Amino acid sequence: MTFDPMHLIPVAPELFLLTAACAILVIDLFLKDEQREATYILAQIALIGTASLALLVGGGERQVVFSGSVIRDGMTDLLKASICVIAFGAFLYAKEYLKDRNLFKGEFYTLGMFAVIGMLIMVSAGDFLTVYLGLELLSLSLYALVAFDRESGRGSEAAMKYFVLGAIASGMLLYGISMIYGATGSISFAGIAEAIANDAVNNTIMVFGTVFVVIGLAFKFGAVPFHMWAPDVYDGAPTAVTMIIASAPKIAAVAMAIRILGEGLGGINADWQGMLVILAVLSMALGNVVAIAQSNIKRMLAYSTISHVGFIFLGLLAGSQSGYASAMFYAITYALTALGAFGIIILLSRKGFEADRLDDFRGLNQRSPWFAAMMLLLMFSMAGVPPTVGFFAKLFVLEAAIRVDLTWLAIVAVFFSVIGAFYYLRIVKLMYFDKPADSAPLQAGMDTQIALSVNGLAMLALGIYPAGLMAWCVAAVA
Amino acid sequence: MIALSDYLILAAILFSLSIVGIFINRKNVIILLMCIELMLLAVNINFIAFSHFLGDAVGQVFVFFILTVAAAEAAIGLAILVVLFRNRRTINVEELDSLAG
Repeated sequence: MTFDPMHLIPVAPELFLLTAACAILVIDLFLKDEQREATYILAQIALIGTASLALLVGGGERQVVFSGSVIRDGMTDLLKASICVIAFGAFLYAKEYLKDRNLFKGEFYTLGMFAVIGMLIMVSAGDFLTVYLGLELLSLSLYALVAFDRESGRGSEAAMKYFVLGAIASGMLLYGISMIYGATGSISFAGIAEAIANDAVNNTIMVFGTVFVVIGLAFKFGAVPFHMWAPDVYDGAPTAVTMIIASAPKIAAVAMAIRILGEGLGGINADWQGMLVILAVLSMALGNVVAIAQSNIKRMLAYSTISHVGFIFLGLLAGSQSGYASAMFYAITYALTALGAFGIIILLSRKGFEADRLDDFRGLNQRSPWFAAMMLLLMFSMAGVPPTVGFFAKLFVLEAAIRVDLTWLAIVAVFFSVIGAFYYLRIVKLMYFDKPADSAPLQAGMDTQIALSVNGLAMLALGIYPAGLMAWCVAAVA
Repeated sequence: MIALSDYLILAAILFSLSIVGIFINRKNVIILLMCIELMLLAVNINFIAFSHFLGDAVGQVFVFFILTVAAAEAAIGLAILVVLFRNRRTINVEELDSLAG
């Protein structure tokens, strides 16, 4: 097989970001502490460049290069661009937080960029080896980021828990991959799908492998009963890092699930659908109920993520084109909402004060009516109140579930999302109807304020006009 | 002649041992790291066995990548362990309970 330089074009976004990350790593060494801003600006330019490159090389026919290891199609274009945009927002919100805590170092940005490269690779993977390498690049960067505050005992404990459970997840996923490889003789999704279509597989080994792959995926998503790491990691990690973990990786995980379950194991849909139903019901139930009992907003948002993962699974388990499109829509809008919510927590925090208790939101309306309104939109979106985008995200996944005759599951989902509305609306109540406990003015740069306003208003804009993004998602999976 | 199933049973036993090791070990984080390595090696046996019996080299290539990633993973794990010990003066699993709720 000869090497064709044209094959490098579909992976240009990854190559560009990898080069940029390595260059920034070296440039950062020559900067003094007061010049650290340059690292931040370069990292942001690299992310914008990657997003534009992903859209520039995108469009048109699906391309499969490097003997099937890498795919470029509508899905990769959309998801790569959204991952870069979310990471851009996360870097922007994180800047003030890191400066106040003496964490404003180049490593944060390089590790963050390597995590983004890992996500991009996961999105464009065409076989299990590429998916695994992307996943590990993402996970290893995130483990290091969680322990980024080296003085913090809680941070290092969270990192250790995340590392051990993440490594178990990778082990489970690999064990499943080895079984599927044994059953089909191939590690590429196209090859596996072909072997299943030709009925040339040992069914017992295949289902055995699928169980382990689904467990590995559930661990990475943080679905019940494999969610134990999520609350501790969200709580222990610095808020800036929690924001990264809670947002963009969910998009990459959905892409990984669509590639593995949809493209690879689509032929045995009936086998994995039942597993996802159990994971979805448990996640929605436990996530929404336990979140009510939390007094720390980072832990509350961790349980809220768990329940949203249940909804994403609702779209995935339908196993149809519209199901995958709705799961993708849900993940993108959820990542944007989570980004905004953590952005507000960072906005409220200042040097020596984390603002991670629910009580810290008391009377926010009196301190800053505008950002209280933004938080209101974000919380409404998470709860699924129209006309915010969260309502349509939930509507689309429920529709996908009903289309495959899982009406009972849709009813269960609606039931638990009503329970979930309680703890989102509690924050709204604290902000608008309670007296402020803390009267210090909010300190934030103009860039953070503008970005947070755009983020909050995007909830409303996407909710009023969801058809644009949804049409893009539908076109992406077609 | 050793059959494919023998290799698979060996790998399954090693894999189960590593899982059991992770869950019943309450004393030492380093043992957790050893269990994680054992888990990846069990997977490698699976890949090599399938690769040999299928007559397909891809499984062996996969093993090289797993070994490389396992080394990187061990490095990160030990780095976190050092930070953890410096902050908490302990690597006892049972004492890692400051985050709960």
